[in-house]
Amino acid sequence: MSKESYDVVIVGAGIVGAACADVFAQRGFRVVVVDRDVVGSGATAAGMGHIVVMDDSDAQFALTRYSQRLWQELRQQLPDDVEYDQSGTIWVAADEEEMVEVLRKRDYYQQRGLAVEVIDAHQLYDAEPNLREGLAGGLLVPQDAVLYPPCAARFLIGRAQQRGARLRLGASVTQISEACVRLNDGEEIRADIVVNAVGANAAALTPGIDIKKRKGHLVITDRYPGFLRHQLVELGYLKSAHSVSRDSVAFNVQPRRTGQILIGSSRQYGAEHKEVDQTMLANMVLRAQEYMPALGTMSAVRVWTGFRAATPDKLPLIGPCPGYKSVFLATGHEGLGITTSLGTARILVDQVTGGNPEIAVEPYLPTRTVKEHTHA
Amino acid sequence: MPSEFTVRVNGDSIVVPVGSTVAVAIAIAGRPCRTSVTGEPRGPLCGMGICFECRAVVDGIPHSRTCQILCEPNMEVSTDE
Repeated sequence: MSKESYDVVIVGAGIVGAACADVFAQRGFRVVVVDRDVVGSGATAAGMGHIVVMDDSDAQFALTRYSQRLWQELRQQLPDDVEYDQSGTIWVAADEEEMVEVLRKRDYYQQRGLAVEVIDAHQLYDAEPNLREGLAGGLLVPQDAVLYPPCAARFLIGRAQQRGARLRLGASVTQISEACVRLNDGEEIRADIVVNAVGANAAALTPGIDIKKRKGHLVITDRYPGFLRHQLVELGYLKSAHSVSRDSVAFNVQPRRTGQILIGSSRQYGAEHKEVDQTMLANMVLRAQEYMPALGTMSAVRVWTGFRAATPDKLPLIGPCPGYKSVFLATGHEGLGITTSLGTARILVDQVTGGNPEIAVEPYLPTRTVKEHTHA
Repeated sequence: MPSEFTVRVNGDSIVVPVGSTVAVAIAIAGRPCRTSVTGEPRGPLCGMGICFECRAVVDGIPHSRTCQILCEPNMEVSTDE
């Protein structure tokens, strides 16, 4: 039995739990982080690892922008293995219709003080010579970055540990109740505050919250240094990511420091098993080849899947868990958890301490999406 | 039909017997197939296409497994990429 006492127990040592541990420990809380596996073993390891600003909604922009600033402040302290690389994102417009969206996106970002640049077809080929001909142009977002998420999570956890946080790995939490979590061997860990940060599995521990698993596939290639310079995302991605119910694929590639190329993306609801779906994989790779035909000549070294924690309104759940007094949520980050982990941790801890958050927390409060039956 | 022909390895002409794999041509040239990311020379280990240690650029295609590819006349092989 655990004899130590804690102020906070964080369930889940993914990037979000790690970031929360870091900030709680920094503010003097006695923290323990519990994970059934190793640090960053879930969606943190499965995802691409981008630090991107997104404008699906004002709230999404606010959290991604705030978080990107926090990453930039942290950048100099990140160890080399985090591979933070400010490659920038280019939103690729296939045709003139999508160029209209490029201009809208530029205006949105510029009005909010984010430097972006519209590029024409010529500039697009100069920037990325391996894109196919016939594309219309794009929007360059220079401050966007990529990193290697598991090492980022390990860094954040490590920093929390230096400030006294405890880390319990290989300990599976089977139940969350007021001020207490129970492990599968019956041990209970007590703390004034419990944080559910287990991503796509969060609803298993705090029933009633509206988190669905949204499966994704990724491919990583062998090393082809210089082939790709920026993160590229098709503007059609918006249609794909926005589609709440249908399976979808979109062109999204990232250059890694090794010269490898990460190829995504796919989105599926209702797929509970982690097996690679050959049809989804084929559609995803074919979509990528439509934009970069030479990807078809490359060797892929690995294909895998992961589960995003999806909410109905595509915003995370950050704050008190409905129905509990001492339980807080930090989940539902869908495909943006690496970016928004740092902002999430700050505004969660601000809520706990009664501090003054730098961005409005209301859009992310879990009370907004509670399913009806929790009130029954 | 001639019993041997010429390929180029890093620009050098190498004469190989018909039926040689590209890995053989690289061996005749006295080169490693590639250099690992930690700077070590690498060459064919398994000889059957599963260890990937014999990769080189063959006719412009990176990461070709040279133990699985037969030489063809005037093939261009590059090991320094």
